[in-house]
Amino acid sequence: MKVSHHIDKKMIYEYLEEIKDPEVPVLSIIDLGIVRDVSLNDEELEVVITPTYSGCPAMDMIKISIQVMLSTLGFKKTKVTQVLSPAWTTEWMSEEGKRKLKQYGIAPPNPKQQVCNDKLFVADEAVQCPHCNSYHTHRISEFGSTACKALFQCNDCKEPFDYFKCH
Amino acid sequence: METNALIEYSLHLADTALILGQRNAEWCGHGPILEQDIAITNISLDLIGQARYFYQYAAELINQSATSAKEATENTLAYLRTEREYKNLLLVEQPNGDWGQTVIRQFLFSSYQHLLFDQLQKSRNENLASIAAKSLKEITYHLRWSSEWVIRLGDGTDESHQRMTHAIKELWPYTGEMFLDAPYEKETGVDIKIIKQLWNEKVSAVLNEATLRVPEKAFMHSGGKTGKHTEHLGYILTELQYMQRAYPDSQW
Repeated sequence: MKVSHHIDKKMIYEYLEEIKDPEVPVLSIIDLGIVRDVSLNDEELEVVITPTYSGCPAMDMIKISIQVMLSTLGFKKTKVTQVLSPAWTTEWMSEEGKRKLKQYGIAPPNPKQQVCNDKLFVADEAVQCPHCNSYHTHRISEFGSTACKALFQCNDCKEPFDYFKCH
Repeated sequence: METNALIEYSLHLADTALILGQRNAEWCGHGPILEQDIAITNISLDLIGQARYFYQYAAELINQSATSAKEATENTLAYLRTEREYKNLLLVEQPNGDWGQTVIRQFLFSSYQHLLFDQLQKSRNENLASIAAKSLKEITYHLRWSSEWVIRLGDGTDESHQRMTHAIKELWPYTGEMFLDAPYEKETGVDIKIIKQLWNEKVSAVLNEATLRVPEKAFMHSGGKTGKHTEHLGYILTELQYMQRAYPDSQW
């Protein structure tokens, strides 16, 4: 394998950490786990990302943000490539990301995928209310304000909340 | 797969996803209740996203083999092709009707797409395989959502049952086409016979639970895969393509 030019990957990742998901602005694209690789080939810096959901409108904006960020860092030739395989999963979300989500009022995805199959009328997932920490919650709708979220309500504190659903 | 067939197959998959996405999007702001309005438009968004992948791939193939000067893009393919060039399934261009009809259409399609993409994700063509694998996670949601609604409404009140009976009768004649190979589908590696059998089992099981019946004898329409559409597609494209036709190359 050809050894690429000296490139401080760690530094690039630190800068990418500043790019947020426009729909969930507490999460960086690193927290989301959508940055798959950073590499330098023939003076061209390439960032490889993978989409969360096929129709996620944030992806185009994230691509542009990465391009802008890299050019302000002084990279003249940059490329943002989208790969689909392997398909993104919420298991790639960082622990830090999950903590930030909860603090923001969105229940983070459960670590184990529970309802990602086609079985009908299954019991609701046990999702913890991000406000009062009760597990006594119920699902209102499995589709929410964005593709990645479901709508829940807490039976104890009665607050409705978003759940970043497992995928 | 031979390049031309591969382009046409990708366009067929793209068109089918786009047109159903467009149809479902007509519900935006008109859903029976807020949560389901949001659900159907989320499904719409997933489908349009899937369509984009297939259009992007088709555009890449067209540009590699093209003799024409104008570059193909996902936008030119969606916005500048005519009705006869569209290769979507007839089922997905059928009108929304009432909520029951929209739900049945989604169920008949998602149960098919789920089985199709399950096979396609093992395709030797890496591009098709990765799009299928990615989409399959979303389709699982669509299938579960639409199956539950078919059961809820079919086995619901007298009126919802009667409306669902009407919807299934209305749409069933457009399902036969899913299992007829178009010329460009010969080498996809997908075994349509197995899909047909599994689809029949799945659909019967859900309809049974919904106390609905599979129509026994029905004339089956076909032609969508090769550009021969019902009268509805022209109206959809008129709306979908209006801006690009009136103001060519305009940007959002």
